[in-house]
Amino acid sequence: MDILLEIKNLKKYFKTSSGLLRAVDNISFIVERGETLGIVGESGCGKSTLGRVLLHLLESTDGKFYFEGKDITVVNNEELKYLRKNMQMIFQDPYSSLDPRMTVDEIIGEPLKIHKVYKNKEEYKTRLQQLMDSVGLTKRIERSYPHELDGGRRQRVGICRALALQPKFIVCDEPVSALDVSIQAQMLNLLQDLQRDFRLTYIFITHNLSVVKHISNNVCVMYLGIIVEKSNTKELFNKQYHPYTQALLSAVPRPKLIIKRERIILKGELSSPINLGPGCRFAPRCIYVKDICLKEQPPLKEVTINHYSACHFSNDFI
Amino acid sequence: MSEHLLEIKNLIIQYRTEYEVVKAVNDLSFTLNRSETIGLVGETGAGKTTTALGIMRLIPDPPGEIISGGIFFEGENLLLKSEREMRKIRGGKISMVFQDPMTSLNPVLRVGEQIIEVIRLHSKISRVKSTEAAIKLLELVGIPSDRFNEYPHQFSGGMKQRVVIAIAIACNPMLLIADEPTTALDVTIQFQVLELINKLRKEINTAMILITHDLGIVAEMCDKVAIMYTGEIVEYGPIREIFHNAKHPYTIGLFNSLPDLDTDLERLNEISGTMPDPTNLPLGCKFQPRCLQRKSECNVMIPKMIEILPEHSVKCFLYDNA
Repeated sequence: MDILLEIKNLKKYFKTSSGLLRAVDNISFIVERGETLGIVGESGCGKSTLGRVLLHLLESTDGKFYFEGKDITVVNNEELKYLRKNMQMIFQDPYSSLDPRMTVDEIIGEPLKIHKVYKNKEEYKTRLQQLMDSVGLTKRIERSYPHELDGGRRQRVGICRALALQPKFIVCDEPVSALDVSIQAQMLNLLQDLQRDFRLTYIFITHNLSVVKHISNNVCVMYLGIIVEKSNTKELFNKQYHPYTQALLSAVPRPKLIIKRERIILKGELSSPINLGPGCRFAPRCIYVKDICLKEQPPLKEVTINHYSACHFSNDFI
Repeated sequence: MSEHLLEIKNLIIQYRTEYEVVKAVNDLSFTLNRSETIGLVGETGAGKTTTALGIMRLIPDPPGEIISGGIFFEGENLLLKSEREMRKIRGGKISMVFQDPMTSLNPVLRVGEQIIEVIRLHSKISRVKSTEAAIKLLELVGIPSDRFNEYPHQFSGGMKQRVVIAIAIACNPMLLIADEPTTALDVTIQFQVLELINKLRKEINTAMILITHDLGIVAEMCDKVAIMYTGEIVEYGPIREIFHNAKHPYTIGLFNSLPDLDTDLERLNEISGTMPDPTNLPLGCKFQPRCLQRKSECNVMIPKMIEILPEHSVKCFLYDNA
């Protein structure tokens, strides 16, 4: 196993006026080089916070993380600069993640300049051209401003900027959610091609289960700051041991007429992540809730080989 | 004509600015029967929302303008109605649910008050009676009546959309236009809201135009589907036909480009290129620059809508044998 990233008991708490908000609570996982870990969950489950903590855009409250075997939990500025070269991010909204006053070549070239990865102007220009070619941007738009581009091209610029320093690891935070389906397919194909060509490792954060199934090797399902279920993609979409994953999957409208299926309607909405009680976080909405669920938080345990679920009654679903 | 609840004929809507003309809706026609649901499906800029606003006569003018065509509701052309008559129809016989529940409610009015407002605008009943009706409506959409006096910001996104729906059905409309009603919501909440819309629609027997980009939602909610591209309907038919017998290369491309939960694909079949600029549409068929089955006539002539089966029409030269 070639482990690129390892996260152990990662926590990110925010102090708010009404109490402690546990946005990311005791999360552990490993990501192998060249693979994609999908993180899926609804708004407020902590998936974006997790992505930001991984890139040191937010400081973690507790826990350890290792990148290529090195402990990078606490880093100084110099180490951080090295890390940033290797860990990049693609943001959800291609409208607000690009500086409106910079042209495309300035946006893509900025990381190259900051890290001075070229010897002369020639080399800079060639590199820029290679980068734009790799994501399918024509030279014609080099001097364009973001507002002159459509959503798909803008997201290509965002991807291109993330690739500029040849990172090993990219956090993709809902990279296709703001795009139309035909453009979404183009973008997912592009991300897969780039992964193959440059041996990239992705953490792919999304709320879209079909997308996560398509692009990931492994999947973590998050609910209110914790991982409720994780396994490899095939296994997880085949069999779910957590009632939340079951409900989530059953709620997805499918573009098919024939499939008639039993569907689970969840009552209520995500509870507040502030000052959570002692029990299972999903208990207030769970259709199988029992007494123990309100008293004890179930640990994430292995139900079948390499398939983890955090439910007291996971074994009943086997 | 009276058999159809709504009939749209050759509707053309444009936005005109000093420098350019945005052709938002181009020669659009469809019909809707009583208590039927039609899905308008398409990507950003396909003209779905403009069509909906056109029916409500809410196109901002200027720059928007309904150039020609007719919108017949119960046999009467809405384009010939006065603004005063339109105000009676909006929220009464035709009502609308907008995409973003955060912006479609008034932030400084209590939600109960916002429901009472629409009831009292359309029927002459006392305040006490309308309050009772408003509380009933809230309970109908699954909001406990003790939240009657709260403000929109105290509600979550899903709850706000329930309030918007309560307002929309307050006067038992004959036609409900839902413009991406669940796009801003999480899947589990989306499921709740769609179930709610389905239940209410059956209860008050209203027809619906559902605007969405999600073919999964269409499969669950609609009787008929119109696939839109650059302001035109390129394929139109009963849901079974569109899902099992799609003909237009764009419709087929749209289905193929979706990642699917039920099958495993190594690579998605993308539609290459992007939607053309509505100020500078290509000649001939608007989809032709992205089409893999392009023929010589495609960039010269505009294809006509051809009825290939009863009620199933497609706008493509592949099926034009004449």
